[in-house]
Amino acid sequence: MKIHEYQAKEVLRKYGVPTPKGVPCFSVDEALKAAQTIPGKVWVVKAQIHAGGRGKGGGVKLAKSLDEVKAYAGQILGMQLKTHQTGPEGQKVRRLLIEEGADIKKELYVGMVVDRVTQKVCLMASSEGGMDIEEVAAHTPEKIHKVFVDPETGLKDAEADAVAAKIGIPAASVPQARVVLQALYKAFWDTDASLAEINPLVLTGDGRVVALDAKINFDSNALFRHPDLVALRDLDEEDAAEIEASKFDLSYISLDGNIGCLVNGAGLAMATMDTIKLYGAEPANFLDVGGGATAEKVTEAFKIMLKNPKVKGILVNIFGGIMQCDTIARGVVAAAREVNLSVPLVVRMKGTNDEMGKQILKDSGLPIISADNMADAAQKIVAAVAGK
Amino acid sequence: MSILINKNTRVVTQGITGKTGQFHTRMSRDYANGKNCFVAGVNPKKAGEDFEGIPIYASVKEAKQKAGVNTSVIYVPPPFAAAAIWEAVDADLDLVICITEGIPVRDMIEIKDRMRKQGKKAILVGPNCPGVITPDEIKIGIMPGHIHKKGRVGVVSRSGTLTYEAVGQLMELGIGQSSCVGIGGDPVNGMKHIDVMKMFNDDPETDAVIMVGEIGGSDEETAALWVKDNMKKPVVGFIAGITAPAGKRMGHAGAIISGGKGTAQEKLEVMQACGIKITRNPAEMGKTLKSILK
Repeated sequence: MKIHEYQAKEVLRKYGVPTPKGVPCFSVDEALKAAQTIPGKVWVVKAQIHAGGRGKGGGVKLAKSLDEVKAYAGQILGMQLKTHQTGPEGQKVRRLLIEEGADIKKELYVGMVVDRVTQKVCLMASSEGGMDIEEVAAHTPEKIHKVFVDPETGLKDAEADAVAAKIGIPAASVPQARVVLQALYKAFWDTDASLAEINPLVLTGDGRVVALDAKINFDSNALFRHPDLVALRDLDEEDAAEIEASKFDLSYISLDGNIGCLVNGAGLAMATMDTIKLYGAEPANFLDVGGGATAEKVTEAFKIMLKNPKVKGILVNIFGGIMQCDTIARGVVAAAREVNLSVPLVVRMKGTNDEMGKQILKDSGLPIISADNMADAAQKIVAAVAGK
Repeated sequence: MSILINKNTRVVTQGITGKTGQFHTRMSRDYANGKNCFVAGVNPKKAGEDFEGIPIYASVKEAKQKAGVNTSVIYVPPPFAAAAIWEAVDADLDLVICITEGIPVRDMIEIKDRMRKQGKKAILVGPNCPGVITPDEIKIGIMPGHIHKKGRVGVVSRSGTLTYEAVGQLMELGIGQSSCVGIGGDPVNGMKHIDVMKMFNDDPETDAVIMVGEIGGSDEETAALWVKDNMKKPVVGFIAGITAPAGKRMGHAGAIISGGKGTAQEKLEVMQACGIKITRNPAEMGKTLKSILK
C-alpha cells in the first residue's frame, strides 16, 4: 500500500526524523491560509500524488510571495500531472503540501528495502540526492553504499555513522544523520514497510539534516496489524477496477491490451498473458481468481473485465486442481448469461472434472469457443478478436 | 528415489483443526502411501483428540516424540504462521513445508535470521507454496495428486498452477516425475531454486529438471549460474511475466519488477547463457523437456 508524501513525513516525524514545516491542503484557500502560518519568505507548493517525478512534471513550485502560493496552488490543484510513473494520461492532483523553503547545501539519498538475497532490510545511501536511485545504480553504482541490517540489533550507531560519512555528511552533522538513519530503520521495521525513501535528504546551510521528501510503501500482508496506517489509504490514487476486484478477493491488474484473461493462480495468469503476446496480441489485464473461486466470483470477474471498453475478447484458462472445472464452467455460463456477453470467449480447462466442465459449456448453447491447451486457446482468442 | 520426501516420511499437520488443514490432510492421506505418512496433528487446545483417526498432540515436539514425525506441513493462518514455522524448526524436524499465503515479510525476516543464527537443521519450503509431491509415494500440500505419475523428471517452481501446467504437459507426453517442489511466491522464503537444483543433481533417479520461475528477485539467475558450473543433468526453463508491467505486484508478493530489476527477459537471457534450454512459450515446457531427453 502506498501513501502520500505528507503522510510519510508524518510517520517519519513520529520516529524523530526532522522535516520542513508543512501543511496538507485540499483547496487554494487552504493553501493560502497554510502559507500564512508558515514563517519565511519562500514556500514550496507540492502536488500530492502517489507517483514519483512530480517536480519534472510541473507539480512542485517554489513560491516567493503569498500571491505566488495562491497562483501555483490554483495551477497545480486539479491538473492531470504526468510523470514517468503515472502513465500517459497522468494523475489528477487533489491534495497539496505547502512547506517552508529550505536552505539546501547538499542533496543526498537514503532508502530502505527488503533485500531478497540476504533476507534482511538493506539501507542504501548515496551522495547523489534528488536523482532517481535507479539511474545512480545503473551508471555509478560505486556511489551507492549499502548496509544489511541485523534484525536482532537494528541499525547500529557505528553503521549509521560510517554510512553518513561515506555520503559526505560533515563530522559535525554526523550525530544528526545517525538519528535520521536509525529513525528511518525503526519506522521501516515497526510499520512493516516494504520501501522507505528520503530523496532528497538535505544538509542545510546551518548544518541540519532534514528530510525534504519522503516515500513509504507498506507490506499489504501486514496491514492487519496497522489499522492506523490503513486509514491513510487514498482510494483516489488507485485503479478503480483493482479496488473493485479486491472486494471480491480477486487479484486484478489493468493493462493496455484488448484481450481480457481470467485464470486461476498468479504464475499461470502471467503465463497466459505471455502466451497472448506470443501469438500477436496484448492482454487487457492480469486476473487471478485464486484457489477457491465460486460461480459468483467468476461472474464478478467477468463484470470487472468487461467494464474496460478496450476488451474485445476474453480468454479463460483454468487448471483445475482443488478447484473443479465443472464449478468454473457453471460460473462461466452464468456470467456470460448475466452480462449478455457480446465479445468472443475462449475457454481452456484442464485437470479435475475437465470433461464435465467442457460438456457444461457445450450444453449451454452459448457461442463459447473451447480450446485444448494454452497455445491453442491463445491462438483462438487472438484470431477471434482479429475477426478471423 | 526422490528428493525431500518419500513413502517413509512421517508428517505432522500444523493447523489440522482448521477447514483448509483438514481438507488437505484428508486429500494427502488418501493419496498413495498417505495413510502411513500422515500420523499427527497439532493443536494445544485439542490435544488428546483426533482428526479422522489422526491423533492430535499439544505441540510439534510431542508429535515428534510420540508419533515419530520428521516433517511438518503448515496451514496455520498468516498472523500465526511464523510462530508455527518456528515451533517446527525448533523441534528439529528435517523438513518444514509452509503452505500459508499472506505472511508478513517482517515475520519471515525474523524467522530466517533465527534459523541461521541458531544453526537449525530443518529445511524450510515456502511459505505461499503448493508443497512437495513424490508421485505415487506421498504428497504434502495442496496440489492435485491425480495429475502426476512416478518418473524421472524433477520440477521446481515458484507458482502452484503453473507447476500443474508443466506436469500436465509432461503427462501428455507420457513423462513422469521424480519429485515436484513448489518453493512459493514470497520474497523472503526457505528453499530457493538453487537449493532444489542441487538436490535434483544428486538424486540418482532424476534425469532432467524443469525450472519454472517468474518476475522478481534474482533467484533464477543465481540458480542458473550454479547450473552452468555444476549441473550434470539437462535443465529446461521458463519464466512467467514477460508481459508484466514494472512496479506492480502480480498476485504473488514476490512477483514484482522493482527498480528495473527482476524482469523475465533478464532472467531468460542469463538462464540461456548458462546452458539452460529455455522456452518463451509456457505451452511448450513439456515438449522442450522431451526434446532434450536422450
